[in-house]
Amino acid sequence: MEHNHITLPEGSIEKTTTTLNIGPTHPATHGVFQNIMEVDGERVVSSDQTVGYIHRAFEKLAERRPLYQITTITDRLNYCSSPINNMGWHITCEKFLQIETPKRVDYLRVIIMELARISDHLICNSIVGVDTGAYTGFLYVMQYRELIYEIYEEICGSRLTTNMGRIGGFERNFTNTAFTKLEKFLNEYPKVLKEFESLFTRNRIFMERTQGTGGISAERAMNYGFTGPNLRAAGVDYDVRVHQPYSSYQDFNFTVPVGTTGDNYDRFLVRNAEMWESISIIRQAYEKVQAFKGAEAEVYHADVPEYYLPKKEDVYTKMEALIWHFKIIMGEIDLPKGQIYCPVEGGNGELGFYLISDGGRTPFRLHFRRPCFIYYQAYPELIKGGMLSDAVVTMSSLNLIAGELDA
Amino acid sequence: MRPVRFNIHPKEAEIADAIGMGKAPDGVPGDGFFATQLSSVVGLARKNSLWPLPFATSCCGIEFMATMASHYDLSRFGSERVGFSPRQCDLLMVMGTIAKKMAPVLRQVYIQMAEPRWVIAVGACASSGGIFDTYSVLQGIDQVIPVDVYVPGCPPRPEAIIDGFMKIQDLVGQESIRRRNSEQYKALLNSYGIQ
Amino acid sequence: MSLTNEMVQEKLIAKFSDQVLQFATSYGMLSFESPKEINLKVLQFLYDEPSLAFTFLTDICAVNYPNQKGAELVVVYHLHNLKENIRLRYSVSTSLENTDVYTATKLFESANWMERETYDFFGINFVGHPNLKRILNVDEMDYFPLRKEFPLEDQTRIDKDDEMFGRG
Repeated sequence: MEHNHITLPEGSIEKTTTTLNIGPTHPATHGVFQNIMEVDGERVVSSDQTVGYIHRAFEKLAERRPLYQITTITDRLNYCSSPINNMGWHITCEKFLQIETPKRVDYLRVIIMELARISDHLICNSIVGVDTGAYTGFLYVMQYRELIYEIYEEICGSRLTTNMGRIGGFERNFTNTAFTKLEKFLNEYPKVLKEFESLFTRNRIFMERTQGTGGISAERAMNYGFTGPNLRAAGVDYDVRVHQPYSSYQDFNFTVPVGTTGDNYDRFLVRNAEMWESISIIRQAYEKVQAFKGAEAEVYHADVPEYYLPKKEDVYTKMEALIWHFKIIMGEIDLPKGQIYCPVEGGNGELGFYLISDGGRTPFRLHFRRPCFIYYQAYPELIKGGMLSDAVVTMSSLNLIAGELDA
Repeated sequence: MRPVRFNIHPKEAEIADAIGMGKAPDGVPGDGFFATQLSSVVGLARKNSLWPLPFATSCCGIEFMATMASHYDLSRFGSERVGFSPRQCDLLMVMGTIAKKMAPVLRQVYIQMAEPRWVIAVGACASSGGIFDTYSVLQGIDQVIPVDVYVPGCPPRPEAIIDGFMKIQDLVGQESIRRRNSEQYKALLNSYGIQ
Repeated sequence: MSLTNEMVQEKLIAKFSDQVLQFATSYGMLSFESPKEINLKVLQFLYDEPSLAFTFLTDICAVNYPNQKGAELVVVYHLHNLKENIRLRYSVSTSLENTDVYTATKLFESANWMERETYDFFGINFVGHPNLKRILNVDEMDYFPLRKEFPLEDQTRIDKDDEMFGRG
């Protein structure tokens, strides 16, 4: 019996794989990335990525702005943990300008940065849950992320893009309400986190979905420039907070959790463990802040008239304060010459600021080392040979933030 | 001290309003019937069952996540079903910076949506380019697609997004069912080079 | 015995003699330059030499100095020895006419996108790069936007009146 074969046009090759386009707007990408995958059945054969869909030219923009105005740009890098970026930038400026910050400022910063780390990891982990089919965790913890936002709001008036702090410290002292809210968070959140992790960590379905998928060896991870929780999940205990302490992190007692296989499950566990460490760091920092008494307890910024805005009352009544106010706002402060690279441990890795100044009023060049831009290139290798549905989980467990990736 | 005012006299919530049914449009009630314009009925139905398509690119998308999640709960306004397929949805919510590389994609998504369709530009970037007056950013999405409601803020608070959503509901409720066939509407779309 | 900036400097001079120059330490980080032709040799040496072992590439970026004739573009590498926890900044300069620089992608997988970004922004032609095309900007772009001669703002915009923004 004769079969009817489909005749292919002249010159075409019989293709055994399917090309599948995911993105740039796709619910599974949680951000604007495009992946063109070759799939054989459900197995991913290869993948080609396109990024840059929200490239906003931060680096060029920063060349036009005085230092304090760049804080607003850093907000919009990794918007899940913007205070870390703000403070990373301020720490870079302070190092560059050789400003010593008071201990209380450092500890307050640590509180805020760790809160930001919690909110960042919380989003990432709950999204991993969503992608493995567990929506409950996400809906449940989002409510507790609001507690963190309320603390931010009390301190700086904004929820997400905080623009928090100034070069030298904070814009104003923390109010009592802020501390009350922090206490509330410290009381309520551990219970929630406990429940959240008991929903996932020993959950059979979750373990089956995440164990052994999207794994990477420590060696490859380092070659690919992984940093942060993703590198630690692969078993390298590199943490900027420990290796190059900033903002007095050396005064705190915490452990750096590491994984072994670098797969999605390990990344989840490392982030989870880091949240517990963050809670412990916040507790320690809060104790240290409480220990300041008298005039010390009122310190919330360093004494740097060139970069820290004077009080509004003084601006209205004193000539000198008015001059400084004018000079700062108009960006008429000449910077010293030099170059500095200063890293901080961001939500998803080593966030570096490379600042070059030629003695002008704005940076001559400012380059951001954006962790997820660098490690996203490993994605095709992570998902190769795996199932398509695991590729989605891998993407969310890498914690890719489009705003940071594209700058 | 800076003058900060607290809301120390909270307004009592009017429970009767909060759980009220959708208000019936003007019409003639009678025994077992209610006569009104078709347009009002359709508007009433449409406005309380909008299916949003979140086109979230950056920071505002995270605030939308909060709006959608348990604390602010956008579903209360009849948009429980957040869809990601443009063909099923009727409200395009553009949240975040739209770069020039993204603009054709956004336009394509808009074209794929079926009529009637509405658009909210959430946040400064989507409305005007925001702080990013740079070579790579589209200076407001209204350069490529028509926009119904703009929500200011960088990012807007969830309350602001909900407010913008309610403004859209007002527009949808009052819209004549013939608007989409009118000459003005066709001229509007033509001015964007659509159809 | 922990590695110090001086030891790194000595080792580099012992290996490359007068080809590595401009040693300086700022904010605790050693920086040096070399001619662009030997950039791979230097990186390979820093990577392979067991006592140096700069095996982690933190960052690649470029800088445009329009006033340095013949060396307008500078490619900067930040390297990190994770074991000894010591960082290093290494730069090579190139002219606008001939922007060829050898690629580091064979040594570091992470260099791939960083070099593409540098190409996208400054037009550095990384010789031997597997896929050197624009990454963040649209493919149709015909200039390198982060070079100093190009303006920040979009030149085709019509909605924003310069006078209103104090730029008139």
